Amino acid sequence: MREIIGFIFLTIGALFDLFGCIGLVRLPDVYNRLQASTKCVTLGTCLILVSIIIMGTAPIGTKSFLCAIFILVSSPTAAHALSRGAHLAGIKLWEKSICDKLEEDERDKTV
Amino acid sequence: MINFVYCILLICCSLCLYRIARGPTPADRIVGTDILGIVIVGFCALLAISSKKDYYLTIAIAWALLSFIGTIALAKFLGGKGFDE
Repeated sequence: MREIIGFIFLTIGALFDLFGCIGLVRLPDVYNRLQASTKCVTLGTCLILVSIIIMGTAPIGTKSFLCAIFILVSSPTAAHALSRGAHLAGIKLWEKSICDKLEEDERDKTV
Repeated sequence: MINFVYCILLICCSLCLYRIARGPTPADRIVGTDILGIVIVGFCALLAISSKKDYYLTIAIAWALLSFIGTIALAKFLGGKGFDE
């Protein structure tokens, strides 16, 4: 029973990873790629680690829990810092993007 | 069954490597590196469950830490600021 539930979680997590990486290849600019791939890959890897908590023994489960908590904290932080750095470096948005709130804020600050 | 999951994660790694090699701007390459690090954490977890050894998860925790610190450092470098601002 534990094996079956664990394999279901494992397959769903791996498919989330796959969809996130397809988004990383297919989407048009840095910001779209970042938001698609970071959210999908974080959830997919955390589901793989949760499935290992369900299937494995006690030391594997403890380390896997620590790793899942750390990834849930650190991966969105890294993505936020990276998108802000890319915006500060002057990388353009896709030409069909409709709004850019950070640029409006910077403009208001300088005026 | 677990071989199927290994195949999916290998496809994910190759897609990330494609983005790192191809990416038009430096930020694309940094995004690819970050995502590749998180996928490799999942890969280490899969190795741990299929071989019943727990030291693979130690490698996974260390890899997650180094990937996070590296991404933060590269983002600061990309924004053109020092590390204490």
